[in-house]
Amino acid sequence: MTEASSAATVASATQPQLVIDNVFKQFGEGPGAVIAVDNVSFDVKPGEFVSVIGPSGCGKSTLFNIIGGLLDEYSGNVMIERERIAGPHKAVGMVFQEESTFPWRSVMDNVAFPLELQGVAKSERLDRAAHFIDLVGLKGFEKRMPFELSGGMRQRVSIARTLVSGPQILLMDEPFAALDEQTRLLLGDKITQIQQELHQTTLLITHNLTEAVQLSDRIVVMTYRPGKVKRVVNIDLPRPRTSDVVSSDAFGHYVAEIWADLREEASRGMQDSENMQRGRARRG
Amino acid sequence: MGKLLNSRAFAISTGVFTVVGVFVLLEVLLRIGAINKYIVPLPSQVIMSLERIIFEENIMSRVAETAYEMSVSCAAVIVIGVPIGAVLYKWVALRRAVLDWVAAMAAAPLVLAFPLFLVMFGRSSTTIIVMSVITGLAPIIIKTTEGLLAVRPVLINVGKSLKLTQQQMFWKILLPAAMPTIFSGIRLSWTFVLISVVGIEFLINLGGLGQLINDLAERYDLPGTYASIGFVIVVSVIFFVLLERVETWLRPVK
Ligand SMILES: Nc1ncnc2c1ncn2[C@@H]1O[C@H](COP(=O)(O)OP(=O)(O)OP(=O)(O)O)[C@@H](O)[C@H]1O
Ligand SMILES: [Mg+2]
Repeated sequence: MTEASSAATVASATQPQLVIDNVFKQFGEGPGAVIAVDNVSFDVKPGEFVSVIGPSGCGKSTLFNIIGGLLDEYSGNVMIERERIAGPHKAVGMVFQEESTFPWRSVMDNVAFPLELQGVAKSERLDRAAHFIDLVGLKGFEKRMPFELSGGMRQRVSIARTLVSGPQILLMDEPFAALDEQTRLLLGDKITQIQQELHQTTLLITHNLTEAVQLSDRIVVMTYRPGKVKRVVNIDLPRPRTSDVVSSDAFGHYVAEIWADLREEASRGMQDSENMQRGRARRG
Repeated sequence: MGKLLNSRAFAISTGVFTVVGVFVLLEVLLRIGAINKYIVPLPSQVIMSLERIIFEENIMSRVAETAYEMSVSCAAVIVIGVPIGAVLYKWVALRRAVLDWVAAMAAAPLVLAFPLFLVMFGRSSTTIIVMSVITGLAPIIIKTTEGLLAVRPVLINVGKSLKLTQQQMFWKILLPAAMPTIFSGIRLSWTFVLISVVGIEFLINLGGLGQLINDLAERYDLPGTYASIGFVIVVSVIFFVLLERVETWLRPVK
């Protein structure tokens, strides 16, 4: 890094890098319309790790797609470096909730894909991809095809594929949902480590409370439909942080505090789906 | 045991034994008079006729001619059909307008229009190739469009998030993702093409194996006719074996 650019980083450090300002998104019109995201505002500073947590169906993926520039019919603003985004931004890397490996490419070729697009020379490409494959714990599986892997392993391939190009802003939509608790904790450590090393601005979407507290500087708690910001909680746990933090008192305290908020929303969500089932049963 | 039952050697030997078994069974049924000998020749006679059709009827050059017409037509349906399918995927209005017509085309008895093609292209291989291509085009177009439409949106989103150009999106994501469906279209199309090539050779009495079958049938040389049909089957099998090779080479997925 040159001196000028590091000075610029310091200067912009107080400026939020990612601003979500009054974002509103509704699907459909009339009585059947669903408000998926209701005037959500928050920001993420450079190098900060922010999680958005909320019950299933509260509009998290919709918000993720809007921030990633994949959904452009919404109102409000998403700004990166003070500019309103128009489509996917080059500084952003995305990890999707759904399985997204390319089934026709080996693990190695999946992970090297972004580098291939950038025209990185083959030997360097393979080296860099191998590094991230190792990082997500898939060393030895480089030549395997996705259909030979478990769901959790495939998800780790997608994570490596996104990390390999070193995006400044990392957006992840429930990337660890398909993983078991142990892998989730360990992979969380790896992600925190890279994120701290590369000073990556990270927005993690999750419905997992421990994961959010383990990884984040701040947590945005969303309400069940329509998805609004219910509360923002600062996580003042020391950094560098590892998964050992989950056994500390402070950790338990945060989890309890956020759960109190979340439980209310989650039970509203459950009631909603029970009502729907009952309605269906009555009709059927 | 299960391993043995699933092995390739087992599959091949089962195939061979089935063919030999059917031959033997036919031979027996024909000899005891359960099947009319004037409709089905004795398998042993068919095998004996091989020598005659190989040396007297010039079978190798006929196989070459039929194989040539088949190769050109099979290549052409891919080269023409896949791009049309891609255009119909991209261009929604055109797709709505013509896709049903394309499907109808697959069902149309195009061979009946052979006099028209004879007028346009003469009694030549060109007529056979053009008619076969038209006959085989529909499935590949439909399957290409269908395959592209069925690409999982999340894969397209991965491409968008990596800021792929339209061309990169097509070549690096859409086409490979649609490949299995496109291949099933190719298989269907090739079936139509192979039938059509031999059928039209037969119909206009020109070219390779189709014409030979026509000749031998008119001479009431039943064993020879069946032996020639055997050659048609061998050539077709070769086409499909090659196609399968290409498919696994492109995409080693079950
Ligand atoms: N394309 C769409 N058309 C119509 N409604 C949609 C569409 N996408 C999402 N929705 C609706 O918007 C709401 C929010 O969906 P979203 O996928 O954002 O939820 P989520 O918070 O990501 O849920 P989960 O945690 O289960 O992934 C849901 O009620 C869903 O039915
Ligand atoms: Mg979601």
